[in-house]
Amino acid sequence: MTAPTGTDRTAAPGTAAPVAAAPVTAATGTGRPEATSATTGTDPATTAAALALGDDALVLSHRLGEWAGHAPVLEEEVALANIALDLLGQARILLSQVGDEDELAYLREERAFRNLQLVEQPNGDFAHTIARQLYFSTYQAFLYAELARTEGPFTALAAKAVKEVDYHRDHAEQWTLRLGDGTAESHTRMQRAVDALWRYTGEMFQPVDGLTTTHGINWPALQGSWDQSIGETLRGATLTLPETPRSGAWAAGAGRQGLHTEPFGRMLAEMQHLHRSHPGATW
Amino acid sequence: MVMTPLETRLEERLTELAGSVPDPELPMITLAELGVVRGVRVLGPGSVEVELTPTYTGCPAVETMTADIEKVLHDHGMPEVSVRRVLSPAWSTDDITDEGRRKLAESGIAPPRAGAGQGPVPLTLAVRCPHCGSTDTELLSRFSSTACKALRRCVTCREPFDHFKEL
Repeated sequence: MTAPTGTDRTAAPGTAAPVAAAPVTAATGTGRPEATSATTGTDPATTAAALALGDDALVLSHRLGEWAGHAPVLEEEVALANIALDLLGQARILLSQVGDEDELAYLREERAFRNLQLVEQPNGDFAHTIARQLYFSTYQAFLYAELARTEGPFTALAAKAVKEVDYHRDHAEQWTLRLGDGTAESHTRMQRAVDALWRYTGEMFQPVDGLTTTHGINWPALQGSWDQSIGETLRGATLTLPETPRSGAWAAGAGRQGLHTEPFGRMLAEMQHLHRSHPGATW
Repeated sequence: MVMTPLETRLEERLTELAGSVPDPELPMITLAELGVVRGVRVLGPGSVEVELTPTYTGCPAVETMTADIEKVLHDHGMPEVSVRRVLSPAWSTDDITDEGRRKLAESGIAPPRAGAGQGPVPLTLAVRCPHCGSTDTELLSRFSSTACKALRRCVTCREPFDHFKEL
């Protein structure tokens, strides 16, 4: 496990998420994703894993949603919103396995979120968004393929989501090739983006206990597949694979322990303020 | 539970009713043709449970589908209707019936190609233009007006069209 690089190292894993410790039955109202009996009320490690995967999807979904009205071309506006919608669907199902999805999304403090620091990074320019998509969707594609292949609490969701994630990954790879092997300007920006986000990629391969015990995820093998795929895509895009460290003391990444980067607080403020200002509001 | 022939008939009738609901985003086809109604079970007198599977995990139409199914069954005298969302086995575009495909094409949406279970990338079969029938079409964007569609353009007649992408 990587030592947190932030100043506050006191938050032990799990302490900031009281909601995760006591799973509650999902609301049964119309349209709510249903908690499956396979995970509701099961061991805390499985609950923590659902929270980790659910928060990844929720936070990245929100970041992609921020592109609405700002994307470079209309097709990308629609594409990013579609990807965000897929991720939001995953998040709703996963968070509903843990408790009330709205409470979890809108009423938790920053330290209670268990997402990777990668997904909370600001959109930056379009190249940064694509680099973040490339890193994350490749990770998710390999991880969900394994979860779908093995029998456990996440099999059904992963089998459903992996087919969607294949499209996300294809989208990111096509753009990486196009920007990397495009103009001098697009190449420079794409290289800058893959370099800047590289230090957040080590965290993806820190074992999530609830996935190791229930699905037998082999994290070094996952990292090997990811490294190979990313290496091929970057080479194909005439980009250089970053060589800077991404593990040990140099690595960013304690999101799974509830430690987040500064931009995340601002993102949460925007995401949660309506719900907090008008509790119970609906339309 | 052993069902009487009458109860079996009732389930069949309720399945038919639930399946007859039009898709909220593709109203030219029904939920049965889309292949999302997985099962209907009579739980007791006046109480029925419908299993519904989403096309995409984030499909916002599921909530409208749920409400529409509840309404049609209520309207036919079933006081208690619960719609349960099921994920497994995952929905695939192969679940769309032949009639559903025909109606999609008729409405200008190229239907998904069959047997696409292996993911989006290896597919090479041409997508036929629903307007002029040409197979010379190109992809404009993998994502279109809804999560389940891609945007394409026909090279022959130059018309853009939606393609229900394989899942």
